[in-house]
Amino acid sequence: MNEFSSAIGAALSMIVTLEADLVEIVLLSLQVSLSAVAIASVIALPLGALIALQSFPGRRGVVILLNALMGLPPVVVGLLVYLLLSRAGPLGPMGLLFTPTAMIIAQSIIVLPIIAALSRQTIADLHEEYDEHLRSLGCSPLQSVATLLWDGRFRLLTAIMAGFGRAIAEVGAVIIVGGNIQHATRVMTTTIALETSKGNLALALGLGLILVTLALGVNATALVISDAARRRYG
Amino acid sequence: MIDASFRVCTGMPQLRRAARQLALFVAGLALAAGAAHAETQGITVASTTSTQNSGLFDYLLPKFAADTGIEVRVVAVGTGQAIRIATNGDADVLLVHHPASERKFVADGFGLARHPVMHNDFVLVGPADDPAGIRGTGDIAAALRSIGEREQVFVSRGDDSGTHKKELELWGAAAFDPSPASGAWYRESGSGMGATLNVASAMAGYTLTDRASWVSFGNKGELEILVEGDTRLHNPYAAIVVNPDRHPHVHAGEAQAFVDWLISARGQAAIAAYRVDGQQLFFPDVVAAVED
Amino acid sequence: MVDEAHRAEDRSEVRLGSSDDHPLLPLVARGLQFGINGRRIINDVSFWIGSSGRTVILGPNGAGKSVMLRLCHGLLQPTSGEIRWGELSVARAREQQAMASQHPVLLRRTVTGNLLHVLRVKGVPKAERQALVDAALQQAGLAGLGSRAARTLSGGQQQRLAIARAFVLKPAVLLLDEPTANLDPAAVRGVEELIGAIGAAGTKILMTTHDIAQARRLAADVMFLNDGRLLEHAPAAEFFTAPKDPAAARFLAGELPD
Repeated sequence: MNEFSSAIGAALSMIVTLEADLVEIVLLSLQVSLSAVAIASVIALPLGALIALQSFPGRRGVVILLNALMGLPPVVVGLLVYLLLSRAGPLGPMGLLFTPTAMIIAQSIIVLPIIAALSRQTIADLHEEYDEHLRSLGCSPLQSVATLLWDGRFRLLTAIMAGFGRAIAEVGAVIIVGGNIQHATRVMTTTIALETSKGNLALALGLGLILVTLALGVNATALVISDAARRRYG
Repeated sequence: MIDASFRVCTGMPQLRRAARQLALFVAGLALAAGAAHAETQGITVASTTSTQNSGLFDYLLPKFAADTGIEVRVVAVGTGQAIRIATNGDADVLLVHHPASERKFVADGFGLARHPVMHNDFVLVGPADDPAGIRGTGDIAAALRSIGEREQVFVSRGDDSGTHKKELELWGAAAFDPSPASGAWYRESGSGMGATLNVASAMAGYTLTDRASWVSFGNKGELEILVEGDTRLHNPYAAIVVNPDRHPHVHAGEAQAFVDWLISARGQAAIAAYRVDGQQLFFPDVVAAVED
Repeated sequence: MVDEAHRAEDRSEVRLGSSDDHPLLPLVARGLQFGINGRRIINDVSFWIGSSGRTVILGPNGAGKSVMLRLCHGLLQPTSGEIRWGELSVARAREQQAMASQHPVLLRRTVTGNLLHVLRVKGVPKAERQALVDAALQQAGLAGLGSRAARTLSGGQQQRLAIARAFVLKPAVLLLDEPTANLDPAAVRGVEELIGAIGAAGTKILMTTHDIAQARRLAADVMFLNDGRLLEHAPAAEFFTAPKDPAAARFLAGELPD
């Protein structure tokens, strides 16, 4: 219990003083995870729509695989990306290992199946509902996709936020491909791991409280948005 | 409900083409970002958790940057992994504490030369009530044998680090093999020094740690230093520049500047000046005279 | 404009109305078959429709009315047989048609948003859109509700929106599938008034219903469908006073179908 109260104290004093290191770490966490989610969304939203709307042999298998990939363990993704980006690996010459870019790549891979699977589900549901109407209007495929994406905007936003929640909370991938380098690739989760390993439990817990608040805040916002949208637009 | 055997969105070649173009575009973006990163400034140093967690780099690197303007990024992992990173060319400098592995690294052509930088010592920590009865003994091998024979909890790094390798050598000197007891009283954490100390603290067990990590560790609990001073507990650190002949992309010039600084009078004085809780953690190897 | 009626030998193929000067008429079907998984839903249906009056497809539930409508609109392909709208194939004709289904499919947007979506898809220039939206809202009795979320409207309002949306670009043909099946009498009246106004403007209306009273109110000619077969096709007056098909007569008398 004592640990908790010192943790809250530590957290508050860090926030109130806007301690430079803390700000840097939080900003980097946000930069990495938001970038990852943005990149993943750009690929995953159309991909999900494509899988939902275009029938092709083996589609059922692809859908099952996509849903299964939602459970991809971040640390495994970290290891695979590490092997890819190491100088000894195929993308070595790009010199990306131990940079925020590597972390963004790893988190994009983790988050992509989540957003794609949820977007596929959303689009498929809407398609079932709207298909006749859109065909009656003579929508081109692109118009149909645009209509479905826009009408599914709240569910898709929720999917994207789910992706963000996953990204900001994971440590396995970013610590392997980022190296937890101070002022370079140290994010909230890796700092918590580090401070724990240094035995600075109160500090680690304090950081943890900040991270939890951030993650919960995002999820709560997503819920409120989707709730309000459902009530208004149905 | 009309089922999907009817022709739904018939053939979307337009959409597929758009998707392919988009994929190429994003890949291009990522590659461009990558290329922009390829020529980053500064150097990457593969080092150990003991130097990291003790706060030594936080103290030294700003001084080095002020003197040379070179940015240093430290990746802190176990010695074994650090050597692998350097072997792959993912780092420019290797700074670890296992002479045998370091010499092999240079002999195999991956490093230019081994430069001793600093040293401290290992200590054996354990619960204050010391059930193995080893407090104060100057013989580390005897202490380990005592722990093994009395089957007291001992937490090992188990991660191929310098500390781990030293620990195994000491068990060898004690002519005692703890591996059959792995999972019983011999606990291999497979983690860095800090995590291992956390485990030892929680289990009130014995563990071998470098003094720097110990002094700066914030969760000591019931643990105290029980054995120290044996010459076999000597812990030397050395720095090696990764061989640019093997990895042409290595920033050899800046890497050499870093190593040179470490063994220069300024660097050595800085190392000696670093204190935690009033204690000096690292002792310079090259320049014996210490300025205060 | 003389109504001609003559029978074909084997099927109840009736030609109703001469070809009015209408781009999509006559609507001609020959030997239509439609089935799923071996089950026949439309069984050898042929007809000829030339007049631009309101055609009502009447029949009990399960007769295949909705499927029939979708075949005409091109949302389904017949297993065999053919349909033509005037000179045009069904696919081409659909560009000049609009449909509203039994359960209105409204987008998750405002009332105005639903109307604008159609205008955008059909490529109407931005400058012209607002006027069309206003006219549609007026016609549907939804003026002032433009910024309401479409799905929060009452059932009757939603259906009027769906129909007004279908009519916003004044298509040559409007197809309506059981437009008032789920509505209370007051709402039914509102929808029927809207249908009346649209039909009066010259649009060909093809609608389905199982409600005999509604058919009486709205139909110019009736196609009676039962169990996938077209049993009778006659001008409304004729059909309701003296149906020639026994099954039709039983249906009008209120008996349950076999």
